[in-house]
Amino acid sequence: MAVMRSAEGQRARMAAPYLLWAFIFIIVPIILIIYYSLTIETDSGPVFSWSNYARAFEPTYLSVMWRSVLLALICTIICVLAGYPVAYIMASKEYSSKGFLLFLFLVPMWMNFLLRTYSWIAILENNGVINTILKAIGLPALKLLYVDQAVVLGMVYNFLPFMILPIYTVLRKMDQNLIEAAQDLGADNRLVFINLILPLSMPGVISGVTMVFMPAVTTFIISSLLGGGQYMLIGNLIERQFLKVSDWHFGSAVSVIIIALVIVSTSVFSIADKDSEGGALF
Amino acid sequence: MGNNTAEFLISLGRGCADMSGCEHLIDLVNVDKVFGQTTVLNNINLYIRRNEFLTLLGPSGCGKTTTLRIIGGFEYPTQGDVIFEGKSILKLPPYRRHVNTVFQKYALFPNMNVAENIAFGLKIKKMSGSVISEKVEAMLKLVNLSGYGKRSVASLSGGQQQRVAIARALVNEPRVLLLDEPLGALDLQLRKEMQIELKNMQRKLGITFIYVTHDQEEALTMSDTVAVMNAGEVQQIGSPEDIYNEPRNAFVANFIGESNILDGRMREDYRVEFADRLFNCVDKGFRDNEPVDVVIRPEDIKIVPASEELLFGTVRNVIFKGVHYEMLIEGAGYLWKAQSTVMSETGCRVGMDIAPDLIHVMRKSEYSVNNETDRADEIGGDMFIRPRRGIYAARVAN
Repeated sequence: MAVMRSAEGQRARMAAPYLLWAFIFIIVPIILIIYYSLTIETDSGPVFSWSNYARAFEPTYLSVMWRSVLLALICTIICVLAGYPVAYIMASKEYSSKGFLLFLFLVPMWMNFLLRTYSWIAILENNGVINTILKAIGLPALKLLYVDQAVVLGMVYNFLPFMILPIYTVLRKMDQNLIEAAQDLGADNRLVFINLILPLSMPGVISGVTMVFMPAVTTFIISSLLGGGQYMLIGNLIERQFLKVSDWHFGSAVSVIIIALVIVSTSVFSIADKDSEGGALF
Repeated sequence: MGNNTAEFLISLGRGCADMSGCEHLIDLVNVDKVFGQTTVLNNINLYIRRNEFLTLLGPSGCGKTTTLRIIGGFEYPTQGDVIFEGKSILKLPPYRRHVNTVFQKYALFPNMNVAENIAFGLKIKKMSGSVISEKVEAMLKLVNLSGYGKRSVASLSGGQQQRVAIARALVNEPRVLLLDEPLGALDLQLRKEMQIELKNMQRKLGITFIYVTHDQEEALTMSDTVAVMNAGEVQQIGSPEDIYNEPRNAFVANFIGESNILDGRMREDYRVEFADRLFNCVDKGFRDNEPVDVVIRPEDIKIVPASEELLFGTVRNVIFKGVHYEMLIEGAGYLWKAQSTVMSETGCRVGMDIAPDLIHVMRKSEYSVNNETDRADEIGGDMFIRPRRGIYAARVAN
């Protein structure tokens, strides 16, 4: 018993640096953000106020938040619809041994995020690759850059691997015996997919959705590069408050709201995940 | 199915007078299966009768599971055909075949509870909800799991999961139930209970069972017919009694129970020579002086007082096995394994009496014991000698 206790004590001591790290770089900043969000600057120093939050819920800012959530949702849905089949094909017997397809999907991730997004500007801009081709074959040029679709395209392009990988992992690990058992009991490929593969791969889809939705709803680089200088999503709003307007108090309030939004949406996803385990999808 | 095959099967010892009982449900015809460079099945010819309990018995890697998977539709034979009630089913995918499988690792669906697992096949067939719940209840009762319907499969013990897997297959009322070592993961006590339960179920429901196992005792206990397989070939097929009493070659003799296998020579019909003596036997049809393998089961050696008229030897080792004593006896150039309910002291001389009908003569085969490797003098004198696994009657240097 004494030996065990000292081992536990040792483990606690080993954890101390990490706890300190977490405290300094996670807990303290969050407390500071909450503090800033609940105060305003006056001549006699900072005083407590709800006014930052009241301002965040003004129609102008609500519409920015709504647009962020909407674009992130569209991006997530496109990623599910495009990523699932890719993951399914990669996990199938014909491709799993080769791994080449997986490699192809991972290669862009080795390149810098900014570089990847800038390259889309070169493709989409008025004198870019696509419009040059259109002009060459005598078609009118299109406005492809600085529109919602360009931002969604940039998000999907950058975040698709985060959808594919968790789904692929779940599908690869799936017990082939289960699929054979379902076939044995009379299920053709479609029914095996609906009754077994899809429900059993839901954990992968859920974590993919979480991993795509969260960065998509908070992105500011993609939206400012592909959406243009005046384009506003939550991320751009926060960036502007901190770096351009220097209103840390309002910026903090929006940040707290976005943290709350992410926490709520992730817990909704994980509840949906638990439901699917009970065979509710049958 | 050609005439040759039919003759071949009858020659394997499954002739039958009653035509109705002879009705073939499944025929495997000249089935080969090659994975890459490895031949897993080599010209398998096998038929399964209606309502039969047939066991594919063999060591791991002998091709028994592959045979089962070919019947289930999960593997496609490299050559040959699978006939179900006179029609080839090779082209049918697993979900169109009238067979259901109990998988080795159960393969229960983790996203469904016990009742939903059992109901799966019925839901696929779009039966009405009330019929399904009625059938599921009946099945739960049959496998002694009433009241477990709402439980998650992960909360069940191995034996319970096993029974859910059986119920899930049986509820579809398959023509044939395929079972792939279904009791392999259970402890001995539970396994014995389940053996009897499965056999009873099979009789009650009148379903054909094809059962894969490497456990010879299990095969003998449950089966109507046993097919002993090795190296991708059926070595022998017949009733448990036939397989045990009349093994066709040294492999079967060894795999089913313990045997003394001796080098012998068939002098003429009903006369066989081994251990430097001439014995009467009940076998015939060999060439004169044909070299043969002679099989004598340990329990068929009767221990009697030593005399010059009989085989005799010195007891080298005695082990108490509960029902009987097991003895290793050195004599006539061999180390014999014998069983007796009467204890004989180590070192004492005993006679060994073997009745003519307990001497089994087999043709030489690739499995014949190469006695050279078992020579006692190479292993070390007259001490306790451990022959190759399961093979007794190792030759001892004179």
